[in-house]
Amino acid sequence: MEILTINNVWMMLCTALVFFMHLGFSLLEVGLTRQKNAINILFKNVFIICIGLLIYSLIGFNLMYPASFLYGIIPDYFLGLFGIQAPMVEGVLDLTYNEGYTFYTDFLFQGMFAATAATIVSGAVAERIKLSSFMIFAMLYLAIVYPIAGSWKWGGGFLDELGFYDFAGSTLVHSVGGWAALIGIYLLGARLGKFDKNGISQAIPGHNIPLATAGVFILWLGWFGFNGGSVLSADPSLTSITLVTTCLAAAAGGISAFLFSTFRYKNYDLTMFLNGILGGLVGITAGADQMSPTDAVLIGLVSGVIIVLGVALIDKLKLDDPVGAVPVHLICGIWGTLAVGIFGNLAGWDQFFKQLAGVGVIGAFCCISALLIFYTIKSTLGLRMDGLSETEGLDIHEHGMDAYAEFGAIQEK
Amino acid sequence: MKKIEAIIRKSKFEEVKKGLHDIGVNFFSYWDVTGVGNEKQGHVYRGVSYSTTDIQRRLVSIVISDDFLDKTLQVIFKTAYTGAVGDGKIFISTVEEAYRIRTQEGGTDSLN
Repeated sequence: MEILTINNVWMMLCTALVFFMHLGFSLLEVGLTRQKNAINILFKNVFIICIGLLIYSLIGFNLMYPASFLYGIIPDYFLGLFGIQAPMVEGVLDLTYNEGYTFYTDFLFQGMFAATAATIVSGAVAERIKLSSFMIFAMLYLAIVYPIAGSWKWGGGFLDELGFYDFAGSTLVHSVGGWAALIGIYLLGARLGKFDKNGISQAIPGHNIPLATAGVFILWLGWFGFNGGSVLSADPSLTSITLVTTCLAAAAGGISAFLFSTFRYKNYDLTMFLNGILGGLVGITAGADQMSPTDAVLIGLVSGVIIVLGVALIDKLKLDDPVGAVPVHLICGIWGTLAVGIFGNLAGWDQFFKQLAGVGVIGAFCCISALLIFYTIKSTLGLRMDGLSETEGLDIHEHGMDAYAEFGAIQEK
Repeated sequence: MKKIEAIIRKSKFEEVKKGLHDIGVNFFSYWDVTGVGNEKQGHVYRGVSYSTTDIQRRLVSIVISDDFLDKTLQVIFKTAYTGAVGDGKIFISTVEEAYRIRTQEGGTDSLN
Protein backbone atom coordinates (compact mmCIF):
# COMPACT_ATOMS: atom_id res chain seq x y z
CA MET A 1 0.00 0.00 0.00
CA GLU A 2 2.85 2.39 0.78
CA ILE A 3 4.43 1.76 -2.60
CA LEU A 4 1.17 2.58 -4.29
CA THR A 5 0.80 5.75 -2.26
CA ILE A 6 4.26 7.02 -3.14
CA ASN A 7 4.00 6.06 -6.78
CA ASN A 8 0.53 7.47 -7.07
CA VAL A 9 1.48 10.80 -5.53
CA TRP A 10 4.34 11.14 -8.00
CA MET A 11 2.04 10.31 -10.92
CA MET A 12 -0.54 12.85 -9.80
CA LEU A 13 2.16 15.49 -9.46
CA CYS A 14 3.31 14.69 -12.99
CA THR A 15 -0.28 14.86 -14.19
CA ALA A 16 -0.51 18.38 -12.80
CA LEU A 17 2.76 19.35 -14.51
CA VAL A 18 1.53 18.06 -17.87
CA PHE A 19 -1.68 20.04 -17.35
CA PHE A 20 0.48 23.12 -16.78
CA MET A 21 2.08 22.58 -20.21
CA HIS A 22 -1.16 23.77 -21.75
CA LEU A 23 -0.49 27.20 -20.31
CA GLY A 24 3.01 26.98 -21.73
CA PHE A 25 1.70 26.18 -25.20
CA SER A 26 -0.86 28.98 -24.93
CA LEU A 27 1.73 31.60 -24.00
CA LEU A 28 4.23 30.43 -26.60
CA GLU A 29 1.65 30.49 -29.37
CA VAL A 30 0.11 33.83 -28.43
CA GLY A 31 3.56 35.39 -28.07
CA LEU A 32 4.80 34.31 -31.48
CA THR A 33 1.72 35.53 -33.35
CA ARG A 34 0.17 38.94 -33.84
CA GLN A 35 -1.87 41.06 -31.47
CA LYS A 36 -4.94 40.99 -33.69
CA ASN A 37 -5.27 37.19 -33.31
CA ALA A 38 -4.47 36.83 -29.61
CA ILE A 39 -7.99 35.98 -28.40
CA ASN A 40 -8.40 33.48 -31.21
CA ILE A 41 -5.28 31.48 -30.42
CA LEU A 42 -5.98 31.47 -26.69
CA PHE A 43 -9.55 30.37 -27.35
CA LYS A 44 -8.27 27.37 -29.30
CA ASN A 45 -5.89 26.40 -26.50
CA VAL A 46 -8.58 26.69 -23.84
CA PHE A 47 -10.96 24.68 -26.00
CA ILE A 48 -8.47 21.88 -26.56
CA ILE A 49 -7.76 21.08 -22.94
CA CYS A 50 -11.48 21.09 -22.07
CA ILE A 51 -12.75 19.09 -25.01
CA GLY A 52 -9.64 16.89 -24.95
CA LEU A 53 -10.35 15.67 -21.42
CA LEU A 54 -14.03 15.08 -22.14
CA ILE A 55 -13.35 13.17 -25.35
CA TYR A 56 -10.63 11.15 -23.69
CA SER A 57 -13.01 10.07 -20.96
CA LEU A 58 -15.75 9.31 -23.45
CA ILE A 59 -13.78 7.23 -25.94
CA GLY A 60 -10.06 8.01 -26.09
CA PHE A 61 -8.82 6.20 -23.02
CA ASN A 62 -10.46 2.87 -23.73
CA LEU A 63 -9.60 3.12 -27.40
CA MET A 64 -5.94 3.68 -26.55
CA TYR A 65 -5.70 0.84 -24.00
CA PRO A 66 -7.89 -1.93 -25.41
CA ALA A 67 -7.69 -5.49 -24.22
CA SER A 68 -7.35 -6.79 -27.75
CA PHE A 69 -7.17 -5.76 -31.39
CA LEU A 70 -9.32 -6.64 -34.38
CA TYR A 71 -7.15 -7.80 -37.30
CA GLY A 72 -4.18 -6.78 -35.19
CA ILE A 73 -4.62 -3.07 -35.76
CA ILE A 74 -8.10 -1.89 -34.77
CA PRO A 75 -8.48 -1.47 -31.01
CA ASP A 76 -11.29 -3.75 -29.91
CA TYR A 77 -13.28 -1.00 -28.35
CA PHE A 78 -15.83 1.19 -29.98
CA LEU A 79 -18.52 3.35 -28.58
CA GLY A 80 -18.40 1.92 -25.11
CA LEU A 81 -19.87 4.78 -23.15
CA PHE A 82 -17.67 6.61 -20.74
CA GLY A 83 -14.31 4.98 -20.93
CA ILE A 84 -13.60 5.48 -17.26
CA GLN A 85 -16.31 3.11 -16.15
CA ALA A 86 -14.66 -0.26 -16.45
CA PRO A 87 -12.59 -1.14 -13.38
CA MET A 88 -14.44 1.30 -11.18
CA VAL A 89 -17.45 -0.92 -11.43
CA GLU A 90 -15.45 -3.54 -9.61
CA GLY A 91 -14.47 -0.95 -7.02
CA VAL A 92 -10.82 -1.52 -7.74
CA LEU A 93 -8.63 1.26 -6.47
CA ASP A 94 -5.65 -0.68 -5.21
CA LEU A 95 -2.62 -2.58 -6.44
CA THR A 96 -4.70 -4.96 -8.51
CA TYR A 97 -4.88 -2.29 -11.23
CA ASN A 98 -1.21 -1.42 -11.26
CA GLU A 99 1.66 -1.09 -8.82
CA GLY A 100 2.40 2.42 -10.07
CA TYR A 101 -0.88 4.23 -9.81
CA THR A 102 -4.61 3.85 -9.66
CA PHE A 103 -6.93 3.64 -12.60
CA TYR A 104 -8.10 7.22 -12.12
CA THR A 105 -4.56 8.57 -12.06
CA ASP A 106 -3.79 6.64 -15.21
CA PHE A 107 -6.80 8.12 -16.97
CA LEU A 108 -6.03 11.69 -15.96
CA PHE A 109 -2.32 11.48 -16.78
CA GLN A 110 -3.02 10.05 -20.24
CA GLY A 111 -5.84 12.53 -20.79
CA MET A 112 -3.50 15.48 -20.23
CA PHE A 113 -1.14 13.92 -22.78
CA ALA A 114 -3.85 13.47 -25.38
CA ALA A 115 -4.77 17.13 -25.43
CA THR A 116 -1.18 18.22 -26.12
CA ALA A 117 -1.24 16.49 -29.51
CA ALA A 118 -3.99 18.81 -30.77
CA THR A 119 -2.42 21.87 -29.20
CA ILE A 120 0.61 21.37 -31.42
CA VAL A 121 -1.61 21.81 -34.48
CA SER A 122 -3.18 24.99 -33.16
CA GLY A 123 0.06 26.97 -33.26
CA ALA A 124 0.98 25.96 -36.80
CA VAL A 125 -2.38 26.84 -38.35
CA ALA A 126 -2.70 30.06 -36.35
CA GLU A 127 -3.86 33.41 -37.68
CA ARG A 128 -5.82 32.10 -40.66
CA ILE A 129 -7.86 28.98 -39.86
CA LYS A 130 -11.58 29.19 -39.13
CA LEU A 131 -12.23 28.56 -35.46
CA SER A 132 -15.14 26.18 -36.07
CA SER A 133 -13.18 24.16 -38.61
CA PHE A 134 -10.25 23.88 -36.25
CA MET A 135 -12.48 22.74 -33.39
CA ILE A 136 -14.04 20.01 -35.52
CA PHE A 137 -10.63 18.85 -36.64
CA ALA A 138 -9.26 18.80 -33.11
CA MET A 139 -12.20 16.76 -31.81
CA LEU A 140 -11.96 14.13 -34.55
CA TYR A 141 -8.19 13.90 -34.31
CA LEU A 142 -8.32 13.52 -30.52
CA ALA A 143 -11.20 11.05 -30.55
CA ILE A 144 -9.87 8.70 -33.21
CA VAL A 145 -6.39 9.28 -34.57
CA TYR A 146 -4.40 9.97 -31.41
CA PRO A 147 -5.80 7.02 -29.41
CA ILE A 148 -5.46 4.52 -32.25
CA ALA A 149 -1.87 5.58 -32.97
CA GLY A 150 -1.11 5.35 -29.26
CA SER A 151 -2.75 1.95 -28.90
CA TRP A 152 -0.33 0.41 -31.38
CA LYS A 153 2.52 1.01 -28.96
CA TRP A 154 1.35 2.00 -25.49
CA GLY A 155 -1.85 -0.06 -25.73
CA GLY A 156 0.14 -3.19 -26.47
CA GLY A 157 -0.45 -3.24 -30.23
CA PHE A 158 1.73 -4.49 -33.08
CA LEU A 159 4.40 -1.77 -32.80
CA ASP A 160 4.88 -2.75 -29.17
CA GLU A 161 5.25 -6.39 -30.15
CA LEU A 162 7.71 -5.39 -32.84
CA GLY A 163 9.98 -3.80 -30.22
CA PHE A 164 9.44 -0.19 -31.26
CA TYR A 165 10.44 2.08 -28.38
CA ASP A 166 8.88 5.43 -27.57
CA PHE A 167 9.26 6.25 -23.89
CA ALA A 168 7.13 9.37 -23.53
CA GLY A 169 5.94 10.11 -27.02
CA SER A 170 8.43 11.72 -29.42
CA THR A 171 6.44 9.90 -32.07
CA LEU A 172 3.15 9.01 -30.38
CA VAL A 173 2.43 12.52 -29.12
CA HIS A 174 4.72 15.04 -30.80
CA SER A 175 4.93 13.57 -34.27
CA VAL A 176 1.24 12.71 -34.22
CA GLY A 177 0.56 16.39 -33.63
CA GLY A 178 3.37 17.45 -35.95
CA TRP A 179 2.10 15.48 -38.96
CA ALA A 180 -1.34 17.03 -38.58
CA ALA A 181 0.30 20.45 -38.32
CA LEU A 182 2.20 19.81 -41.55
CA ILE A 183 -0.90 18.65 -43.44
CA GLY A 184 -2.86 21.56 -41.99
CA ILE A 185 -0.47 24.29 -43.10
CA TYR A 186 -0.14 22.64 -46.52
CA LEU A 187 -3.91 22.68 -47.12
CA LEU A 188 -4.39 26.12 -45.59
CA GLY A 189 -1.68 28.00 -47.41
CA ALA A 190 0.49 30.73 -45.96
CA ARG A 191 -0.78 33.78 -44.12
CA LEU A 192 -1.37 36.81 -46.32
CA GLY A 193 1.89 38.68 -46.61
CA LYS A 194 4.10 35.78 -45.55
CA PHE A 195 5.49 35.43 -49.08
CA ASP A 196 5.79 38.35 -51.47
CA LYS A 197 4.89 38.06 -55.14
CA ASN A 198 8.32 36.65 -55.92
CA GLY A 199 7.82 33.98 -53.30
CA ILE A 200 10.38 35.48 -50.94
CA SER A 201 9.66 34.75 -47.28
CA GLN A 202 8.79 37.81 -45.21
CA ALA A 203 9.13 38.19 -41.47
CA ILE A 204 5.91 38.45 -39.47
CA PRO A 205 7.26 39.06 -35.97
CA GLY A 206 5.36 37.78 -32.96
CA HIS A 207 3.80 40.45 -30.79
CA ASN A 208 4.92 39.41 -27.34
CA ILE A 209 8.27 37.67 -27.03
CA PRO A 210 8.28 37.92 -23.19
CA LEU A 211 5.10 35.82 -23.09
CA ALA A 212 6.63 33.31 -25.51
CA THR A 213 9.65 33.08 -23.20
CA ALA A 214 7.43 32.45 -20.19
CA GLY A 215 5.67 29.77 -22.25
CA VAL A 216 8.90 27.93 -22.96
CA PHE A 217 9.97 27.94 -19.31
CA ILE A 218 6.57 26.59 -18.35
CA LEU A 219 6.80 23.91 -21.03
CA TRP A 220 10.23 22.92 -19.76
CA LEU A 221 8.83 22.63 -16.24
CA GLY A 222 5.88 20.67 -17.59
CA TRP A 223 8.28 18.26 -19.23
CA PHE A 224 9.43 17.14 -15.76
CA GLY A 225 5.98 15.59 -15.59
CA PHE A 226 5.72 14.59 -19.23
CA ASN A 227 8.90 12.51 -19.11
CA GLY A 228 9.13 11.98 -15.36
CA GLY A 229 5.60 10.63 -15.25
CA SER A 230 6.21 8.36 -18.21
CA VAL A 231 8.32 6.21 -15.89
CA LEU A 232 4.83 5.24 -14.64
CA SER A 233 6.07 4.91 -11.08
CA ALA A 234 8.24 6.83 -8.64
CA ASP A 235 11.16 4.46 -9.18
CA PRO A 236 14.08 6.50 -7.81
CA SER A 237 16.77 5.58 -10.32
CA LEU A 238 14.56 5.81 -13.39
CA THR A 239 12.87 9.08 -12.47
CA SER A 240 16.14 10.77 -11.57
CA ILE A 241 17.98 9.76 -14.75
CA THR A 242 14.94 10.71 -16.79
CA LEU A 243 14.80 14.21 -15.36
CA VAL A 244 18.55 14.64 -15.82
CA THR A 245 18.50 13.58 -19.47
CA THR A 246 15.41 15.71 -20.09
CA CYS A 247 16.98 18.87 -18.69
CA LEU A 248 20.40 18.33 -20.28
CA ALA A 249 18.82 17.80 -23.70
CA ALA A 250 16.72 20.94 -23.29
CA ALA A 251 19.77 23.00 -22.33
CA ALA A 252 21.90 21.57 -25.13
CA GLY A 253 19.11 22.09 -27.67
CA GLY A 254 18.78 25.72 -26.68
CA ILE A 255 22.51 26.41 -26.77
CA SER A 256 23.06 24.71 -30.11
CA ALA A 257 20.10 26.49 -31.76
CA PHE A 258 21.35 29.80 -30.37
CA LEU A 259 24.91 29.24 -31.59
CA PHE A 260 23.94 27.81 -34.95
CA SER A 261 21.39 30.53 -35.75
CA THR A 262 23.82 33.24 -34.62
CA PHE A 263 26.49 31.74 -36.86
CA ARG A 264 24.06 31.48 -39.78
CA TYR A 265 22.12 34.72 -39.51
CA LYS A 266 24.51 36.97 -37.55
CA ASN A 267 21.98 37.90 -34.89
CA TYR A 268 21.07 36.60 -31.45
CA ASP A 269 17.53 35.40 -32.17
CA LEU A 270 15.71 34.64 -28.93
CA THR A 271 12.85 32.83 -30.70
CA MET A 272 15.32 30.35 -32.20
CA PHE A 273 16.87 29.86 -28.76
CA LEU A 274 13.40 29.11 -27.37
CA ASN A 275 12.51 26.72 -30.18
CA GLY A 276 15.86 25.01 -29.66
CA ILE A 277 15.01 24.26 -26.03
CA LEU A 278 11.71 22.72 -27.13
CA GLY A 279 13.48 20.78 -29.89
CA GLY A 280 15.86 19.31 -27.32
CA LEU A 281 12.93 18.35 -25.09
CA VAL A 282 11.03 16.66 -27.91
CA GLY A 283 14.24 14.95 -29.07
CA ILE A 284 14.97 13.32 -25.71
CA THR A 285 11.38 12.28 -25.07
CA ALA A 286 11.53 8.98 -26.98
CA GLY A 287 14.49 7.66 -25.01
CA ALA A 288 14.71 9.75 -21.87
CA ASP A 289 15.09 6.68 -19.64
CA GLN A 290 17.56 4.90 -21.94
CA MET A 291 20.17 7.60 -22.37
CA SER A 292 23.26 8.57 -20.44
CA PRO A 293 23.67 12.26 -19.67
CA THR A 294 26.24 12.50 -22.47
CA ASP A 295 23.84 10.89 -24.95
CA ALA A 296 21.19 13.38 -23.89
CA VAL A 297 23.49 16.33 -24.53
CA LEU A 298 24.36 14.96 -27.99
CA ILE A 299 20.68 14.43 -28.84
CA GLY A 300 19.94 17.96 -27.68
CA LEU A 301 22.79 19.47 -29.70
CA VAL A 302 21.56 17.83 -32.88
CA SER A 303 17.98 18.90 -32.12
CA GLY A 304 19.05 22.54 -31.89
CA VAL A 305 20.67 22.43 -35.32
CA ILE A 306 17.57 20.66 -36.70
CA ILE A 307 15.39 23.51 -35.43
CA VAL A 308 17.35 26.20 -37.25
CA LEU A 309 17.54 24.20 -40.49
CA GLY A 310 13.91 23.08 -40.11
CA VAL A 311 12.59 26.64 -39.81
CA ALA A 312 14.52 27.55 -42.97
CA LEU A 313 13.25 24.42 -44.75
CA ILE A 314 9.61 25.24 -43.98
CA ASP A 315 10.16 28.69 -45.48
CA LYS A 316 11.83 27.20 -48.54
CA LEU A 317 8.87 24.87 -49.09
CA LYS A 318 6.58 27.94 -49.08
CA LEU A 319 4.83 26.66 -45.99
CA ASP A 320 3.93 28.96 -43.14
CA ASP A 321 4.36 27.80 -39.57
CA PRO A 322 4.22 30.87 -37.30
CA VAL A 323 5.44 29.13 -34.15
CA GLY A 324 7.79 26.52 -35.58
CA ALA A 325 5.58 23.58 -34.60
CA VAL A 326 6.72 21.37 -37.48
CA PRO A 327 10.47 21.66 -36.83
CA VAL A 328 9.98 21.28 -33.08
CA HIS A 329 7.39 18.53 -32.83
CA LEU A 330 7.57 16.67 -36.13
CA ILE A 331 11.19 16.84 -37.20
CA CYS A 332 12.69 16.67 -33.71
CA GLY A 333 10.09 14.02 -32.84
CA ILE A 334 11.35 11.86 -35.69
CA TRP A 335 14.96 12.58 -34.76
CA GLY A 336 14.35 11.67 -31.11
CA THR A 337 12.64 8.43 -32.06
CA LEU A 338 15.47 7.40 -34.38
CA ALA A 339 18.03 8.48 -31.77
CA VAL A 340 16.88 5.56 -29.57
CA GLY A 341 18.52 3.30 -32.16
CA ILE A 342 21.69 5.41 -32.25
CA PHE A 343 22.43 6.33 -28.63
CA GLY A 344 21.88 4.74 -25.23
CA ASN A 345 21.03 1.29 -23.95
CA LEU A 346 19.05 0.14 -26.98
CA ALA A 347 21.41 1.43 -29.68
CA GLY A 348 21.92 -0.86 -32.65
CA TRP A 349 20.89 -1.35 -36.28
CA ASP A 350 18.15 -3.74 -35.32
CA GLN A 351 16.56 -1.19 -32.99
CA PHE A 352 17.17 1.63 -35.46
CA PHE A 353 15.08 -0.13 -38.12
CA LYS A 354 12.33 -0.84 -35.60
CA GLN A 355 12.31 2.86 -34.75
CA LEU A 356 12.22 3.71 -38.45
CA ALA A 357 9.29 1.35 -38.93
CA GLY A 358 7.41 3.00 -36.08
CA VAL A 359 8.04 6.48 -37.46
CA GLY A 360 6.86 5.33 -40.90
CA VAL A 361 3.72 3.54 -39.74
CA ILE A 362 2.60 6.33 -37.43
CA GLY A 363 3.54 8.94 -40.03
CA ALA A 364 1.54 7.28 -42.78
CA PHE A 365 -1.47 6.75 -40.53
CA CYS A 366 -1.44 10.34 -39.25
CA CYS A 367 -0.88 11.91 -42.66
CA ILE A 368 -3.70 9.96 -44.27
CA SER A 369 -6.09 10.61 -41.38
CA ALA A 370 -5.23 14.29 -41.11
CA LEU A 371 -5.50 14.71 -44.87
CA LEU A 372 -8.88 12.99 -44.85
CA ILE A 373 -10.28 15.09 -42.01
CA PHE A 374 -8.80 18.41 -43.12
CA TYR A 375 -9.77 17.84 -46.75
CA THR A 376 -13.35 16.95 -45.86
CA ILE A 377 -13.65 20.09 -43.75
CA LYS A 378 -12.04 22.17 -46.49
CA SER A 379 -14.49 20.99 -49.12
CA THR A 380 -17.56 21.41 -46.90
CA LEU A 381 -17.20 24.13 -44.29
CA GLY A 382 -14.02 25.65 -45.61
CA LEU A 383 -10.79 25.87 -43.65
CA ARG A 384 -9.68 29.41 -44.08
CA MET A 385 -10.95 32.81 -43.05
CA ASP A 386 -11.68 35.31 -45.81
CA GLY A 387 -9.01 37.87 -46.66
CA LEU A 388 -10.63 40.82 -44.93
CA SER A 389 -11.04 38.96 -41.63
CA GLU A 390 -7.48 37.74 -41.83
CA THR A 391 -6.16 41.23 -42.52
CA GLU A 392 -8.17 42.93 -39.81
CA GLY A 393 -7.71 40.11 -37.34
CA LEU A 394 -9.59 37.03 -36.21
CA ASP A 395 -10.24 38.56 -32.80
CA ILE A 396 -12.63 41.14 -34.12
CA HIS A 397 -14.17 38.97 -36.85
CA GLU A 398 -14.51 35.63 -35.06
CA HIS A 399 -14.92 36.86 -31.51
CA GLY A 400 -15.82 40.55 -31.62
CA MET A 401 -13.25 41.06 -28.89
CA ASP A 402 -9.98 42.84 -28.34
CA ALA A 403 -7.21 41.13 -26.38
CA TYR A 404 -5.76 44.38 -25.07
CA ALA A 405 -8.82 46.62 -24.98
CA GLU A 406 -7.24 49.54 -23.17
CA PHE A 407 -3.86 49.52 -24.86
CA GLY A 408 -4.92 51.19 -28.08
CA ALA A 409 -7.49 49.57 -30.29
CA ILE A 410 -6.13 48.06 -33.47
CA GLN A 411 -9.44 48.23 -35.29
CA GLU A 412 -11.25 51.24 -36.52
CA LYS A 413 -14.90 50.64 -35.94
CA MET B 1 1.64 82.34 -29.26
CA LYS B 2 3.37 79.56 -31.12
CA LYS B 3 3.12 75.82 -31.08
CA ILE B 4 6.34 73.86 -31.52
CA GLU B 5 5.98 70.25 -32.56
CA ALA B 6 9.32 68.53 -32.33
CA ILE B 7 9.80 64.92 -33.42
CA ILE B 8 12.85 63.69 -31.56
CA ARG B 9 14.68 60.51 -30.65
CA LYS B 10 13.22 58.81 -27.59
CA SER B 11 16.76 58.45 -26.30
CA LYS B 12 17.18 62.26 -26.29
CA PHE B 13 13.87 62.98 -24.57
CA GLU B 14 15.24 63.33 -21.03
CA GLU B 15 17.86 65.84 -22.20
CA VAL B 16 15.29 67.86 -24.12
CA LYS B 17 12.95 67.84 -21.14
CA LYS B 18 15.66 69.04 -18.79
CA GLY B 19 16.74 71.74 -21.25
CA LEU B 20 13.18 73.01 -21.52
CA HIS B 21 12.77 73.09 -17.76
CA ASP B 22 16.04 75.00 -17.45
CA ILE B 23 14.73 77.90 -19.58
CA GLY B 24 11.37 77.89 -17.79
CA VAL B 25 9.22 75.92 -20.21
CA ASN B 26 7.44 73.72 -17.74
CA PHE B 27 4.25 72.79 -19.52
CA PHE B 28 4.18 70.58 -22.59
CA SER B 29 2.75 67.30 -23.85
CA TYR B 30 4.38 64.40 -25.63
CA TRP B 31 3.45 61.09 -27.15
CA ASP B 32 5.17 58.24 -28.95
CA VAL B 33 4.78 58.18 -32.68
CA THR B 34 5.73 55.89 -35.54
CA GLY B 35 6.89 57.54 -38.72
CA VAL B 36 8.49 56.84 -42.05
CA GLY B 37 11.73 58.56 -42.89
CA ASN B 38 15.14 58.29 -44.50
CA GLU B 39 16.59 56.09 -41.84
CA LYS B 40 16.45 52.32 -42.32
CA GLN B 41 16.68 49.78 -39.53
CA GLY B 42 17.83 46.22 -40.22
CA HIS B 43 16.04 43.36 -38.48
CA VAL B 44 16.25 39.57 -38.51
CA TYR B 45 13.39 37.40 -37.30
CA ARG B 46 13.76 33.63 -37.34
CA GLY B 47 16.36 33.80 -40.09
CA VAL B 48 14.43 36.20 -42.34
CA SER B 49 16.15 39.56 -42.80
CA TYR B 50 14.03 42.60 -43.34
CA SER B 51 14.52 46.30 -43.06
CA THR B 52 11.92 48.79 -42.12
CA THR B 53 11.67 52.53 -42.57
CA ASP B 54 9.03 52.61 -39.84
CA ILE B 55 10.78 54.41 -37.04
CA GLN B 56 9.74 54.96 -33.44
CA ARG B 57 10.08 58.57 -32.28
CA ARG B 58 8.63 60.86 -29.63
CA LEU B 59 6.60 63.93 -30.53
CA VAL B 60 6.84 66.87 -28.11
CA SER B 61 4.16 69.53 -28.42
CA ILE B 62 4.99 72.85 -26.75
CA VAL B 63 2.87 76.02 -26.76
CA ILE B 64 4.84 79.16 -25.83
CA SER B 65 4.64 82.92 -26.05
CA ASP B 66 6.34 84.47 -29.08
CA ASP B 67 9.34 85.79 -27.16
CA PHE B 68 10.18 82.26 -25.96
CA LEU B 69 10.31 80.85 -29.47
CA ASP B 70 13.96 81.39 -30.26
CA LYS B 71 15.20 80.24 -26.85
CA THR B 72 13.11 77.08 -27.03
CA LEU B 73 14.27 76.27 -30.56
CA GLN B 74 17.91 76.63 -29.55
CA VAL B 75 17.39 74.28 -26.61
CA ILE B 76 15.88 71.59 -28.84
CA PHE B 77 18.57 72.04 -31.49
CA LYS B 78 21.19 71.52 -28.84
CA THR B 79 19.67 68.76 -26.71
CA ALA B 80 18.08 66.60 -29.44
CA TYR B 81 21.22 66.55 -31.60
CA THR B 82 23.35 63.49 -32.32
CA GLY B 83 24.52 64.33 -35.82
CA ALA B 84 23.26 61.06 -37.34
CA VAL B 85 20.39 60.72 -39.82
CA GLY B 86 17.11 60.60 -37.93
CA ASP B 87 17.54 63.32 -35.34
CA GLY B 88 14.06 64.52 -36.21
CA LYS B 89 12.17 67.60 -37.31
CA ILE B 90 10.57 70.70 -35.82
CA PHE B 91 7.33 72.31 -36.99
CA ILE B 92 6.12 75.70 -35.81
CA SER B 93 2.62 77.07 -36.15
CA THR B 94 0.64 79.97 -34.76
CA VAL B 95 -1.84 79.38 -31.96
CA GLU B 96 -4.86 81.66 -31.86
CA GLU B 97 -6.04 81.29 -28.30
CA ALA B 98 -5.12 79.49 -25.10
CA TYR B 99 -7.17 79.11 -21.91
CA ARG B 100 -6.68 77.62 -18.50
CA ILE B 101 -9.78 75.55 -17.75
CA ARG B 102 -9.78 76.08 -13.99
CA THR B 103 -9.74 79.89 -14.01
CA GLN B 104 -10.83 80.53 -17.58
CA GLU B 105 -7.98 83.05 -17.89
CA GLY B 106 -6.71 83.43 -21.45
CA GLY B 107 -3.60 84.53 -23.31
CA THR B 108 0.03 83.83 -22.47
CA ASP B 109 -0.70 83.81 -18.74
CA SER B 110 -2.47 80.51 -19.20
CA LEU B 111 0.61 78.79 -20.61
CA ASN B 112 2.54 78.08 -17.45
